[in-house]
Amino acid sequence: MAIELKMPALSPTMEEGTLAKWLVKEGDEVRSGDILAEIETDKATMEFEAVDEGVISKILIAEGTDNVAVGAVIAEMTGEDEEEGSAPEAKSEPAPEEKAEAAPPPEIAEEAPAAPISRADDPAVPEGTAMTTITVREALRDAMAEEMRKDDRVFVMGEEVAEYQGAYKVTQGLLDEFGGKRVIDTPITEHGFAGIGAGAAMGGLKPVVEFMTFNFAMQAIDHIINSAAKTNYMSGGQMRCPIVFRGPNGAASRVGAQHSQNYGPWYASVPGLIVIAPYDAADAKGLLKAAIQCPDPVVFLENELIYGRSFEIPDIDDYTLPIGKARIMREGADVTIVSYSIGVGLALEAADKLAEDGIDAEVIDLRTLRPLDKETVLNSLKKTNRLVVAEEGWPTCSIASEIVAVCMEQGFDDLDAPVVRVTNEDVPLPYAANLEKAALIDSDRIIAAAKKVCYR
Amino acid sequence: MAKTPQKAPSKSKAPAKAAPKKVPAKSSSRAAVLKTPLYKASKSELMEFYEQMLLIRRFEEKAGQLYGLGLIGGFCHLYIGQEAVVTGLQSAIEPGKDSVITGYRDHGHMLACGIDPNIVMAELTGRASGISKGKGGSMHMFSVEHGFYGGHGIVGAQVSLGTGLAFGHKYKEDGGVCLAYFGDGASNQGQVYESFNMAELWKLPVIFVIENNQYAMGTSVNRSSSEDQLYRRGESFRIPGMQVDGMDVLAVRGAVEEALKYVRAGKGPVLMELKTYRYRGHSMSDPAKYRSRDEVQDVREKSDPIERLKAMLMKQGVKEEDLKALDKKVRKTVMEAADFAEESPEPEMSELYTDVLVEQY
Repeated sequence: MAIELKMPALSPTMEEGTLAKWLVKEGDEVRSGDILAEIETDKATMEFEAVDEGVISKILIAEGTDNVAVGAVIAEMTGEDEEEGSAPEAKSEPAPEEKAEAAPPPEIAEEAPAAPISRADDPAVPEGTAMTTITVREALRDAMAEEMRKDDRVFVMGEEVAEYQGAYKVTQGLLDEFGGKRVIDTPITEHGFAGIGAGAAMGGLKPVVEFMTFNFAMQAIDHIINSAAKTNYMSGGQMRCPIVFRGPNGAASRVGAQHSQNYGPWYASVPGLIVIAPYDAADAKGLLKAAIQCPDPVVFLENELIYGRSFEIPDIDDYTLPIGKARIMREGADVTIVSYSIGVGLALEAADKLAEDGIDAEVIDLRTLRPLDKETVLNSLKKTNRLVVAEEGWPTCSIASEIVAVCMEQGFDDLDAPVVRVTNEDVPLPYAANLEKAALIDSDRIIAAAKKVCYR
Repeated sequence: MAKTPQKAPSKSKAPAKAAPKKVPAKSSSRAAVLKTPLYKASKSELMEFYEQMLLIRRFEEKAGQLYGLGLIGGFCHLYIGQEAVVTGLQSAIEPGKDSVITGYRDHGHMLACGIDPNIVMAELTGRASGISKGKGGSMHMFSVEHGFYGGHGIVGAQVSLGTGLAFGHKYKEDGGVCLAYFGDGASNQGQVYESFNMAELWKLPVIFVIENNQYAMGTSVNRSSSEDQLYRRGESFRIPGMQVDGMDVLAVRGAVEEALKYVRAGKGPVLMELKTYRYRGHSMSDPAKYRSRDEVQDVREKSDPIERLKAMLMKQGVKEEDLKALDKKVRKTVMEAADFAEESPEPEMSELYTDVLVEQY
């Protein structure tokens, strides 16, 4: 049986090439590794090596021939040891084009995951449950401490998280309780420790990696996306990366453009990540606990400006909230204001003022940015028929843009007015007090937008 | 003879003489290779090494062939020429206890970890029976079961990730060591040094393995590296370095035993530079015009790790027909893997949406 030598594909995109030169002739004996021919692709001249040993019996395509299709038989040889059958069989030759077509693009369903997912609800808070007032900062610390007590695979690492007690004091007290093995000060080396954290998670630990702010996580974004987010999929589900990347995100106060940015839309665009951005203390605690328990990688976006704000939190043991579920912060009938993180406070402020003008606004806190709770948004839209998105971040390719798209695609018939985005100005954040104020979203702009969609 | 890794910066004044800067492994590196003990292998161990290296080579040749037939797509980076490195290193570690991580030139590492060639080849052809269900491809394969943590496509990422695996070994006190393989190209990435710093600072059980095959894609080491003696790259972190002839499986095995002794004693990481050579292009679409055919031929003729071991075996009285029979057996394994990879069906369409997240939310 003759071994067929076929025109090789020599790049991911090559479909045909020029057989520039034969370096063997009929009757030549060849050994594995001998160069048989030179082949020109669109990019380069490549050498074509023999894999099998044998004698060239026939050359079928003369040198100098252009446009030889990949897979075409260019020569035949007789093998040294025929019975082994090490020759590529003719049957094994799929035309590359056919192969591509054999896999038709998946049908584009309205909703990609076909089966509706039954979603967990917030834990019921029984009547008479005691409420404690704590800051968001304390809530986050308590969440980490509770999870660390429960599961010794959980550890915290980052810059100044241990001896300094946290650059923003979020990890205050953790070193004292859990010791240096589990509360680890790193050098200033975001790329490195994000990778070490991701590797530790792949090896079975549950790291909580603190970025002093998410602005610095830009140094580490490769590990968040390429290492953490894609691992489960690329491994066919056999290798996980249960890690939480957390820290303050968004504009702080007068720190200028490089320290003031909302990365919510960036991370929320990545399949394989969970992205959470809580507003109040109860959500901060309940969702950070959920994030640490979660088997998937989580980006947990906090906000420096609300660390110090106090909220009531139910006194419930192991208070854990469901990921992927928005919360109706205020019920209303006339217009829906969708927001998350610090924007929720502004939206609630706007709703109070709108009420004075007789507009009854419903405020939704998305809480999780990926996966997005479209159902809660669309149900609210069904009720109010008008919607505004308030986001402390840039307008372009924002979470607000995404909500607009969801409303257009799935809630069009419920809309009585176009959805309006209220965001920061589309500029790097300036330093000067007056310019910074002008660049950032505020409740007045939300009020104006709500009135606009109500045609008032 | 047996020389434990040297603490470079504090004690020795002038760490090993700078080697001549010419390429390939053999002639230039010899002078700078630290004297590491040659491993004294039994005949049966030698046969195992030979079979392992042969399996990798035949597998890679077959992969190259399947690429040419259009059955393997995208990028495909072959390991031909470097077989002694992974064979020597992997033979010394404890499966089930230690961990392994590498970059995208990963087929050989998987075979040396004992992973079934069929499911590796089926991943290369993008089939449902592939180790990643066909969703990873040549560069993204993993087997937690075998302690093989990838298979990473971003140059240098595996060094930080491997340091994290080592962090896990120390945290869990499981006695494991991580072998983090990377190339001479990756050794110029910033995160490598961030990882070196933390690994030594925290005394993590990791062996950083630089497979110096002389070319980062098309750029030779001395065109890209101000310090081209890569085993010295850990000096400013106080990580001891070793330079090893990566074309000699016994030198590799001997050296890694010393490294493992050091790391398992809790002294922190070791940096091993294995001087080796890849015969093929960086990937299948690389015509390798940055080096002469003579250069490649010279290495093949004088330093081929498989031929070298073959000569040793024959000197010890192993008969040529026994080696031929072994070759036949290996070819058969590889043929079966190729058939399996061709005949397995492509993934079901429903696989498109699975494994994005572990849980549903």
